[in-house]
Amino acid sequence: MSDQGPFIQRNRDRHPPAYTPTYKTSVLRSPQHALLSLGNTISEMTGPVFGHNMLGPLDNDLIRNFAQTGDPIGQRIVVYGRVLDENARPVPGALLEFWQANAGGRYRHKKETYLAAIDPNFGGCGRAITDQEGRYAFRTIKPGAYPWPNGVNDWRPAHIHFSVFGHAFAQRLVTQMYFEGDPMIWQCPIVRTIPDKAAIEQLVAALDRNATLPMDAMAYKFDIVLRGRRSTLFENRMEGN
Amino acid sequence: MAQTLGYLKESPSQTAGPYVHIGTNPNWVEITGVWDKDLGLVLVGPDTKGERIVVKGRVFDGAGAPLRDALIEIWQADAAGLHNSPQEKRGAADPHFAGWGRQPTDAVTGEYKFETIKPGRVPYIDGRPMAPHITVWIVARGINIGLHTRLYFDDEEAANAECPVLARIENKARVKTLLAVRSEENGLPAYTFDIRLQGEGETVFFDI
Repeated sequence: MSDQGPFIQRNRDRHPPAYTPTYKTSVLRSPQHALLSLGNTISEMTGPVFGHNMLGPLDNDLIRNFAQTGDPIGQRIVVYGRVLDENARPVPGALLEFWQANAGGRYRHKKETYLAAIDPNFGGCGRAITDQEGRYAFRTIKPGAYPWPNGVNDWRPAHIHFSVFGHAFAQRLVTQMYFEGDPMIWQCPIVRTIPDKAAIEQLVAALDRNATLPMDAMAYKFDIVLRGRRSTLFENRMEGN
Repeated sequence: MAQTLGYLKESPSQTAGPYVHIGTNPNWVEITGVWDKDLGLVLVGPDTKGERIVVKGRVFDGAGAPLRDALIEIWQADAAGLHNSPQEKRGAADPHFAGWGRQPTDAVTGEYKFETIKPGRVPYIDGRPMAPHITVWIVARGINIGLHTRLYFDDEEAANAECPVLARIENKARVKTLLAVRSEENGLPAYTFDIRLQGEGETVFFDI
């Protein structure tokens, strides 16, 4: 498996298509023309790298990184996992950014108007960089479900947003993590933009009793898979492509 | 049944949602004190090599309204055409230019703006030079998977004419959707790159 060269083609049958009318905002924000298949040039096979030294000690601790007067209210959880590529190799040095609502489903954002209360001790953002084995972990409060103006009575399942940088801009990914056993997952128009049930289940974090902190926090395991590089057994492209 | 190939499958994308800035630009949405500064706001410093330029524009939906909740990232080569990335095997890029930037679109006007440098030319997969370009990636509420496009420069006519990527756009009328239009702002060359997600003048987006 090469460390250079192009990435495995993105399987867009497992990703949500652009136009998904039950998620109403997509109607006017989806291109009508087909994507132009470019593949990877150096511009896509390279990408920014972020060093561990940019992280502060509380960047992966949402329980403490915004605390003003005490701990935030809600169920304490640990979220951990690995970032792997499609060749099942770890992706070290991957920057993950995560954001979420508080325990009541309220985001700390100036455009958010939901009546559930802001938690004065919860900001809702964090970040981590994977280690040599592709591992990351953070602790936080389990987010609540919240209503949104799509259908007249639509609610998002509890979720945490993830933004992931791999080693190349071709791997750039934004997704959402859901929680095992949540019945709201299967009712959500955003979840259901993904046409493939197995692909949806890849976004559902598993409760992991082995990783709980006893008398402290429950744990959820969430692995993320980024595009892997193609295995080019008979290379016929010019060096440095 | 044949043997299984054993590949894992890429995690599916989901929309970044309307509150993406909490995670990417927390200071911009007044979540202060968690980290010092938001990532990707500044690309150039006093030691960066190359011609300073401004890149700006808006992102329009299919009804012509600007997106005021989008997040734009750019990725580009340095002035010599090298990327500041461990995957860049052709040489060492300018250490004073990271090549990556990130800006939200303005919550009122919908405008995004980067101060950067004009990139050098980068070879296509067969070695021919591509025209100078900046990779642009857009996520927002209503966008289920990030959209990749390229900004080219309307004052690089000769290079654009021989760019193997632009040459692949079959409908030549669509090439101009990738050309940023030059003007001037505070004495710097400023390039306006408006992105139309849908409909008339729809920007060319790539599957990379």
